[in-house]
Amino acid sequence: MAVKLYGAAMSTCTSRVMVCLHEKEADFELVAVNLFAGEHKQPPFLAKNPFGQIPVLEDGDLTLFESRAISVYVAEKFKETGCDLIRYQNLKEAAQVKVWMEVESQQYHPVISPVVFQFFVAPLQGKAPDQAIIDENLEKLGKVLDIYENKLSRTKYLAGDFYSLADLFNLSYTYYFMKTPFANLINDRPHVKAWWEDISSRPAFQKVASAMTFGEKGN
Amino acid sequence: MVVKVYGPIMAACPQRVMACLLEKDVEFEIVHVDLEAEEHKTSDFLLRQPFGQVPAIEDGDFKLFESRAIIRYYAAKYEERGPNLLGNSLEGRALVDQWLEVEAHNFNDLVYTLVLQLVVLPRMGKHGDVVLARSCEQKLEKVFDIYEQRLSNATYLAGDSFTLADLSHLPGIRYLVNDAGMGHLVAERKHVNAWWEAISNRSAWKKLMKLVNY
Repeated sequence: MAVKLYGAAMSTCTSRVMVCLHEKEADFELVAVNLFAGEHKQPPFLAKNPFGQIPVLEDGDLTLFESRAISVYVAEKFKETGCDLIRYQNLKEAAQVKVWMEVESQQYHPVISPVVFQFFVAPLQGKAPDQAIIDENLEKLGKVLDIYENKLSRTKYLAGDFYSLADLFNLSYTYYFMKTPFANLINDRPHVKAWWEDISSRPAFQKVASAMTFGEKGN
Repeated sequence: MVVKVYGPIMAACPQRVMACLLEKDVEFEIVHVDLEAEEHKTSDFLLRQPFGQVPAIEDGDFKLFESRAIIRYYAAKYEERGPNLLGNSLEGRALVDQWLEVEAHNFNDLVYTLVLQLVVLPRMGKHGDVVLARSCEQKLEKVFDIYEQRLSNATYLAGDSFTLADLSHLPGIRYLVNDAGMGHLVAERKHVNAWWEAISNRSAWKKLMKLVNY
């Protein structure tokens, strides 16, 4: 039975899970949640995720929210198929994957998501992008990317010489970031740039990226 | 071989790791890092943790940072010893992960900001932003409402037993209740209160409290 993923094709966090599902060759059905109608903040959806956020995964009678927890579940459940995203047979490699998943979550996400939000989402809410917020976070993002650059000059991917969830988790926000005028933060760092080109050209991501748009022109 | 935990014993994130090591009966040694002297920003420390934060651990020649990755590692490494902090099945583990993510993304920033403004900055002789702290408090009321609803359906966040999802909340809630004057967030919610009583009375947490001299 295919798992159901409630979310939106253009959403960063829904995309995170979809890339993982494709990497694991797992069947799933995307059930669209109407964000503009506020469907995610109303009682039927709140019963699935009380925090009123997408995505939510339903697998039989298991309901999960939080895209990173869902992705780890998918990577474990389908560990025998597709790419080994969690290094399940090697405890120390698995631990390094956990470290760099936390890095995405605690260091990268908090500074890249405000930039993506200001540039793409604020206009949809009728607000002008707040340049002060963008500038402040670009500076912090630069420092995080310096650390990525250093790590990626020593290992091919973030957790080691193998692709893993630690890299995958960076895909969706970085994809939108590369459509802003600030993409030079990635392109000016040779190892980060090479890593980005590698991970964003993986077929599993290409399948998802084609639907990732906020309706901006030229897309 | 004793695990080395780098960080001040007073700080929340090292406490998250120490609580886990105590639950799993893993011997550790605290290597103090002087945050006020900016020791965590020295080039030596940055080799250990490139983001200049605590904690980091060293276990023989194996090194890790990020407290939530460290607790996941030790809970898996010593799965057979002490309480099962990870969950009993794939689905059980997924629920633990889900609530760990909730702690990290929906809870932690609010607690961190509030404690910084009301406790840490004043201790350093600076003014905290009371308006910002009040805004965090209001958002935390909503988060704790969700926890109250969840804990009326389950004894612990991920189900019937104490797991990393509950453990991860211990240091932050202690700061809220004991240092930031936010005890009402817990006390006014029947199930959250019962849960807090249960998890903060575990012997591993009480051992840590003694170590920290609270």
